[in-house]
Amino acid sequence: MSYMKKSPWIIHYDGSSCNGCDIETLACLTPLYDAERFGVINTGNPKHADIFLVTGAVNAQNLPVVRQIYSQMPEPKAVVAIGICACSGGVFRECYNIMGGVDKAIPVDVYVPGCAARPEAIIDGIVQALDILEKKREALRSGKVEELESKDSLPPMPEKTKRKEATP
Amino acid sequence: MSNILSGIAYILFAPLVGGLLAGIDRKITAHMQRRKGPPLLQSFYDVFKLCSKQGISVNRVQDFYVGGFLLFVIISGIFFFTHGDILLVVFTLTLASVCLIVAAYSSNSPYSQLGAERELLQTMSYEPMLLMMSIGFYLTFGTFNLADIVSGPQIGILYMPGLFFGLCYILIIKFRKSPFDLSMSHEAHQELIKGIATEFSGRTLAMVEVAHWYENIFLLGFVYLYFVWSAPYSPLIGIAACAVVFVLEILIDNCCSRVKWQRVLTSSWLVSLVAGFVNLLVLMSLR
Ligand code: SF4
Repeated sequence: MSYMKKSPWIIHYDGSSCNGCDIETLACLTPLYDAERFGVINTGNPKHADIFLVTGAVNAQNLPVVRQIYSQMPEPKAVVAIGICACSGGVFRECYNIMGGVDKAIPVDVYVPGCAARPEAIIDGIVQALDILEKKREALRSGKVEELESKDSLPPMPEKTKRKEATP
Repeated sequence: MSNILSGIAYILFAPLVGGLLAGIDRKITAHMQRRKGPPLLQSFYDVFKLCSKQGISVNRVQDFYVGGFLLFVIISGIFFFTHGDILLVVFTLTLASVCLIVAAYSSNSPYSQLGAERELLQTMSYEPMLLMMSIGFYLTFGTFNLADIVSGPQIGILYMPGLFFGLCYILIIKFRKSPFDLSMSHEAHQELIKGIATEFSGRTLAMVEVAHWYENIFLLGFVYLYFVWSAPYSPLIGIAACAVVFVLEILIDNCCSRVKWQRVLTSSWLVSLVAGFVNLLVLMSLR
């Protein structure tokens, strides 16, 4: 019997989102949707979290922040990209400072599209992340740590940041 | 013999009852906020999950100190339920919280350091009241021995209403409830992230949680002490009183917002001084 699926603690990070998706994410925790029914807690602490929710695209400023939060989370962990900005960059994709979706910075497990993503879709995304968490827990327990680490390790820093570090 | 049995029962059942109480707490809180709330056993799910997480600790000593916290909480509970000395219980409890504070201080994270500072302040706030409570029991029953206190002819609450009020007041701090949940709260987000527990993860956090369950049970035991005397039906009254106090603390938790540390310190010392000390003076003049 595994309890991984029964108590997903989340951490929410707002990349360069327009705040639309953030409001929807927090709406999941309000009495109407009450995500705590499923044991979800918004911890705000990467060391306690199982699921990393990222809204908004990644830019040169927040790229190291996203990577650091991700690497502070203990295994098993899953990442959910919320909103089309977090999936691919969305309407901001062509902006001078945007690198693209969250998967440019860290490995993403679940993509929740929508602009803004609806609370139902976000909760569904979290529920899908639970299955992934469970698989990772199995891998961790059966000693396949290397495999897990290679899957969850940080991708190399994108080239674009190096060029952009000079711009104010 | 029965003392040893109740000690063993405490070690085995306190986490079960404590975890269940934490679940009831979350359920009642959710209903007060018109939510459905998590399942009753959610706190157990959380702890089991934490145990299956990867262990990351920021340094080698942290786990040792957190283990010390758990150990001393259990030991003080054992002293309590084997009817030892009430002073010993209070002092061992202090030692336990010192362990937790040192564990938080051992990491360089500013959140956990600030949490530790706040925890120290909270310890300063509730400690005088705990001592006065023990003295009150001594003045009423003529002994610090818990076995004589529970079987004594006097009803504690009739002699020590002020001290009882003071105990309920500091229980808000010990249960980590608003408005006094400065160093670590059970609400997810706060200005210090998770305060004193910020740097604990996985099994270490699970230990803190289980220690908290143990602690809650024997703190409710203090409440129980005020309501038992030699009458055979008095334990029922004691348990009912514990339930009332517990629900009252949840209600206060949901009605108040967090206050600054100055307010915690001054108000709890004021309550200790007015309710506790005056009560002690009256007891002394009665003798
Ligand atoms: S997906 Fe839409 S609502 Fe969400 S952050 Fe992007 S622009 Fe805003």
